[in-house]
Amino acid sequence: MDHPLAGIWGEFRENRVAVAALAIVLVIALVALLAPLIAPQNPYDLAKLVLMDARRPPGYVGSGGYVHILGTDAQGRDLYSAILYGLRISIQIGVLAGMAALVVGAVLGTCAAYFGGRIEAFIMRIVDLQLSFPAILLALMLAALLGKGMAQLVAALVAAQYAYFARTAHGAASVERSKDYVEAALSTPLPAYVVVFRHILPNCLPPLIVVATVQIANSISLEATLSFLGLGLPPTEPSLGMLIANGFQYMLSGRYWISIYPGIALIVLIVAINLVGDQVRDQFNPRLKR
Amino acid sequence: MSALLEVADLTTHFMTRAGVVRAVEGVSFEVAAGEVVGLVGESGSGKSVTGLSILGLVDPPGRIVAGSIKLAGQELVGLDGESLRRLRGRRVAMVFQDPMSMLNPVLTIATQMRLAIEAHESVSKEAARTRSIEALAAVRIPDAAQRLDAYPHQFSGGMRQRVAIAIALLHRPALIVCDEPTTALDVSIQAQILTEMRGLVRDLGTALIWISHDLATVSSLASRILVMYAGRIIEEGPTAAVLRNPRHPYSRGLLESLPFRVEPGRDLQQIPGSTPSLLRLPDGCAFRPRCGQATELCHKMPLLERHERRAFRCHHPLPAEVGR
Amino acid sequence: MSALVEVREVSKLFAPRLSLGEKIAARLGSVIETRTVHALDRVSLTINPGEAVGLVGESGCGKSTLGRVIAGILSPTSGQVRIAGEPVMSGGRRPVKRTTRVQMVFQDPFASLDPRMRVGHTLAEGPIAHGLVSRTGAGAYVAEWLEAVGLDPDFANRFPHQFSGGQRQRIAIARALAMKPDVLVCDEPVASLDVSIQAQIINLFLKLRRELGLTMLFISHDLGVVRHVSDRIAIMYLGRIVEIGDARRTYANPLHPYTQALLDSVPKLVLADDEIVSFKAIHGELPSALSPPSGCHFHQRCPHAVDLCRSEVPQLREIEGGHRAACHLAPVVDHSSAHAR
Repeated sequence: MDHPLAGIWGEFRENRVAVAALAIVLVIALVALLAPLIAPQNPYDLAKLVLMDARRPPGYVGSGGYVHILGTDAQGRDLYSAILYGLRISIQIGVLAGMAALVVGAVLGTCAAYFGGRIEAFIMRIVDLQLSFPAILLALMLAALLGKGMAQLVAALVAAQYAYFARTAHGAASVERSKDYVEAALSTPLPAYVVVFRHILPNCLPPLIVVATVQIANSISLEATLSFLGLGLPPTEPSLGMLIANGFQYMLSGRYWISIYPGIALIVLIVAINLVGDQVRDQFNPRLKR
Repeated sequence: MSALLEVADLTTHFMTRAGVVRAVEGVSFEVAAGEVVGLVGESGSGKSVTGLSILGLVDPPGRIVAGSIKLAGQELVGLDGESLRRLRGRRVAMVFQDPMSMLNPVLTIATQMRLAIEAHESVSKEAARTRSIEALAAVRIPDAAQRLDAYPHQFSGGMRQRVAIAIALLHRPALIVCDEPTTALDVSIQAQILTEMRGLVRDLGTALIWISHDLATVSSLASRILVMYAGRIIEEGPTAAVLRNPRHPYSRGLLESLPFRVEPGRDLQQIPGSTPSLLRLPDGCAFRPRCGQATELCHKMPLLERHERRAFRCHHPLPAEVGR
Repeated sequence: MSALVEVREVSKLFAPRLSLGEKIAARLGSVIETRTVHALDRVSLTINPGEAVGLVGESGCGKSTLGRVIAGILSPTSGQVRIAGEPVMSGGRRPVKRTTRVQMVFQDPFASLDPRMRVGHTLAEGPIAHGLVSRTGAGAYVAEWLEAVGLDPDFANRFPHQFSGGQRQRIAIARALAMKPDVLVCDEPVASLDVSIQAQIINLFLKLRRELGLTMLFISHDLGVVRHVSDRIAIMYLGRIVEIGDARRTYANPLHPYTQALLDSVPKLVLADDEIVSFKAIHGELPSALSPPSGCHFHQRCPHAVDLCRSEVPQLREIEGGHRAACHLAPVVDHSSAHAR
């Protein structure tokens, strides 16, 4: 395959840390996707929960007859199952919000760069304004406004994050806009939307991919923060953030596992994604210099 | 009397992920004191890397793998960084195609020239300033005393190149390597720079290695010319003789493909194909796939044959001119 | 026979837009100096069908800008370009190119092809969009044009980075020609190529002109290359055409002092051991395009300048049989023999 992006995997392979991180991410993703099949218990099924099993330490054999390898939480949920389902939600939201923000931000940024003038000034001023707010603050306000639920959460995250993509896309598109192949396409003449979406945007992908990996990790951590604070998802769909929040009150009384294990799972996921993102970013840099 | 610069079997390779790039392979030549030698070739010929090797400026993944470079008897290959730094600027200097690769955009010319002087001698600030003004005046920069305090971006392209030449001349090095110094400049500015260089060479007795792909500019300065192809020297000799009577088919092909050789509107003589990739050189003579006279013999690399002042690397050289 | 390309009094000014801060400052009364570059100054030119006009000049002369205005990439600040009687650009605040009759070949073959698009797609995109060929017929159409420029039709599936500079330039030429233009504007098409490849591409241009009857505007700084491919030559200096005429005659007998000086400053190949290297540098520096000199733009560097040259802009006037020069003093010194090569 001689596509210009084909050499990426070869280079990526050389950094063992990044490959290990990528493996971890893929394993987590796989496991999380298969959660309904792997998990011994469905943590959403409120009927199955037995209060007798609540707050039990790791190794406890519960009323279901199986070992709770990571213990149980305050409602009697098997923590291992809850974490699997929680990871599932985290990854779903992270990828969904990240991709949606990518699309929205890339389109806005590229159009701003292409049209220039007042359109560009208008869009980029809004983007700049938004970038001066911490994403968490924005996400908080929006989540509080929109209420709980998956769709609302994703919307809040996209609104908080599209600006990063928009700015990167604007920068890359401005550079591509003045290149000869864009002028050649315009002078054919080809209509503006073809030039923007078939020529400029695809060539802006490398830096956007870099931002995307970082932002997916950010989405996951933002969602966890929101859930921790009680916003975002309803308590019937326990995400990792919520698990951590629920277990917080028990930290000092010795029942550390209710918060710590979800916390570790979250950290491992985010760090692994960031390591992959670092490698991707380093790889794209010398390429841009070329 | 031994030559100022003696290059023997210089071989510089680049160890890249895709393979070994044999940029310079077994290059040998000499430059006498005060002589102007032209190094001619197209992209991938190895002419630039030869110049960089002489200055010790080849960065990893490239390095000089074999050969020797002797400047006034002193061996340069294998010298440690500090010794090379002491030589660079003082005994040998370089002028690049883009003067901004040599000039720091955030420092004034005065500061840069003073730093260049102080790198090899300790002088007072006033003495450095006086010398800098003299150097700028020598390359005909008008209002040298005022322009000295300007920044590089305040000069035009041609002026910047003159500044680069002035800096190269600060310590009166015995040899200056110029790598395509006028290629990026307008024709009229190029003419000015060429005129300056001729005057400077004559007055200061500096030897020059002038690297270029443009035969006309090289011929206006150099008394001797070396033609490179795919990392090797394939022809050498006095400029006029080589241009009038090239012995190697590539040299002839280059000369004949110039527009003025043919009636306007008629097809130009062209060399078929393109220069080989230095990663995958053909076996034997590198020019073989493009040569109209190639035979079986050409699968073996021809040696550089020397006859009096001419040299060529070809199994089937073109005939020498008779008489003259 | 009417002209195919008519450039009428085209001027192009580049004025960087004021930032918001500067606009506010201007409103408040402080004087903001506007940095306007006068790239083209009332340039008029006609190109006849089947003719190749060469455009030479140094940096800042406006030849690239003029080429882009004719090709419809830039719209003129004032004046108009017509091809076969139709205006190239539409009117209005955001002018848009309205014709496919003129296409451009760019200087840098590494930048003029979309690196992420297969060559075949790049070639077929324009023709499909303008109905010159259907989607099903595109494959054969592209193969035809690749062959016409001397490339293997199988190359259509490859990406630009897999080709050499010379090959990419051929692809760029094929892309321009696939739109079946009447006029081809070539902006320094061989400047980025190796010398031995330049000859191949120049020969390709000559062949295509012969076979397709192309009308061409060939922009270059290389006087030798331009003379080889052009019927007529126009010399530009700081936004104006200073001389225009038949190629051979202009080189043999340049009328404008700038042309004379330009031809004199090109080094020639030294072929005799005792030959005196003859080139003469033009005195002085190119004036800035931000504040061009008054009157004749060249008067500060011209050895023959008089007071009139400082005060009055010389117009392009006919000196002899189609050979025109913008100089108050033409015809001046006779330089015929020096440039007969």
